[in-house]
Amino acid sequence: MPNVTLTVNGKSHTVEVEGRTLLVELLREKLGLTGTHVGCDTSQCGACVVHIDGNSVKSCTTLALQADGTTVTTIEGLAAADGTLHPMQEAFREHHALQCGFCTPGMVMSAIDLVQKNPQGLSEADIRHGLEGNLCRCTGYHNIVKAVSAAWHTMHGKELVAAE
Amino acid sequence: MYDFTYEKPTAIAAATATLAADMEAKALAGGQTFIPVLKQRLNKPTVVVDLSKLGLTGITVTPSTVTIGAMTTHATVANSAEVQKAIPALAHLASMIGDRQVRARGTIGGSLANNDPSACYPSAVLALGATITTDRRTIAADDYFQGMFTTALEQGEIITSVTFPVPEKAAYQKFRNPASRYAMVGVFVAKFAAGVRVAITGAAQGGVFRHAAFEAALSANFSPDAIAGIATPADDLNSDIHASAEYRAHLIGVMSKRAVAAA
Ligand SMILES: Cc1cc2nc3c(=O)[nH]c(=O)nc-3n(C[C@H](O)[C@H](O)[C@H](O)COP(=O)(O)OP(=O)(O)OC[C@H]3O[C@@H](n4cnc5c(N)ncnc54)[C@H](O)[C@@H]3O)c2cc1C
Ligand code: FES
Ligand code: FES
Repeated sequence: MPNVTLTVNGKSHTVEVEGRTLLVELLREKLGLTGTHVGCDTSQCGACVVHIDGNSVKSCTTLALQADGTTVTTIEGLAAADGTLHPMQEAFREHHALQCGFCTPGMVMSAIDLVQKNPQGLSEADIRHGLEGNLCRCTGYHNIVKAVSAAWHTMHGKELVAAE
Repeated sequence: MYDFTYEKPTAIAAATATLAADMEAKALAGGQTFIPVLKQRLNKPTVVVDLSKLGLTGITVTPSTVTIGAMTTHATVANSAEVQKAIPALAHLASMIGDRQVRARGTIGGSLANNDPSACYPSAVLALGATITTDRRTIAADDYFQGMFTTALEQGEIITSVTFPVPEKAAYQKFRNPASRYAMVGVFVAKFAAGVRVAITGAAQGGVFRHAAFEAALSANFSPDAIAGIATPADDLNSDIHASAEYRAHLIGVMSKRAVAAA
């Protein structure tokens, strides 16, 4: 069986996989990183989103071997070593942007990519459009949008001016 | 998913040799269609040939053409300042495909090789009269699309790039299926000195097609009013749980008028 070598959350791994092994299977089953979820079988829900070389992608729709030589970040790789949450995680907690939490890892990974790629600003419509690859069956999205907007301000070092 | 051997060649000749030697070998681009198909066990390849290391990415713009490498992602086309300037409708179309994660991996070559009847790119290729370049020849858009999921590509033939002529004006308007985000009806309108071309995706059983009646009317008068009175027959259109053939026929008129107005 072939080997795949990749860096996950700052640590290098070489793992034996099959041709058909999905990246999400490598992460969850071989590396024990079960924070990345699988919510659908149709590439639509976004629960499995991770970053490959800084881009958010669906790890259920990526072969492990396609990720050979790349740098992957999962939800487990966000918080600081002392447990301090990433600003996006902190914003989700602060704004009650999760209920059951199933969609949350993918939502947070997609949201970080969206915020990082849009330093010029993000309107509410931009956030909703930008997160359309992530489905949430609990929150109704309102608080997720608020959290992402708040995290945009923290991540880009801008003062948060309260709306209304 | 059935297992397969995975290869990532670094030369086009090596990729085509593998694909030619084995009828069950298949190319892999962004995987945003192919991996879901594999998961459903609808396809059982022996070898999967990853095209990502063949140097098929990149965008080249001249005053009269835009050439896009087959492995260029939808996100790259959508965000390209050069494409936005030369053919803004093409960048807009790419920005409307799926979601950000699909756009980060899905490629123009994969979309065209697959020729899904609801895919967006086929409408741009057909309306702009683009040329598809493969490892062995060039194919005009009018000869390339041969019915849903069917193209002029031979077994093992690899698309390397697509060249679009720059139109005077163009626009893409898409009525999205709210769940899948594919086109329920998508209309690409392109105006050239020689006339207007209109391609419709998402609607017909046979996949993307040119709308001759709209093209004639718009070539005479490029305004939404010019096509307001022209009905599209529903005979060859798709009926499914999302929309009836009659509704799709109606949407073709509405989205075409919007596209002309937006161009
Ligand atoms: C949730 C979701 C929403 C989507 N929404 C849309 C949408 O709104 N509009 C739209 O147009 N598409 C949509 N897509 C499809 C997406 O655009 C795909 O990326 C595209 O159809 C296939 O491109 P790919 O690079 O992923 O190809 P792959 O999935 O890797 O390959 C597709 C097929 O093409 C063949 N192939 C790939 N590249 C080449 C090549 N260079 N030469 C020869 N053969 C090749 C492969 O062998 C395979 O048979 C969506 C997909 C998903 C998962
Ligand atoms: S599990 Fe990957 S998109 Fe649903
Ligand atoms: S919090 Fe339950 S699915 Fe989003």
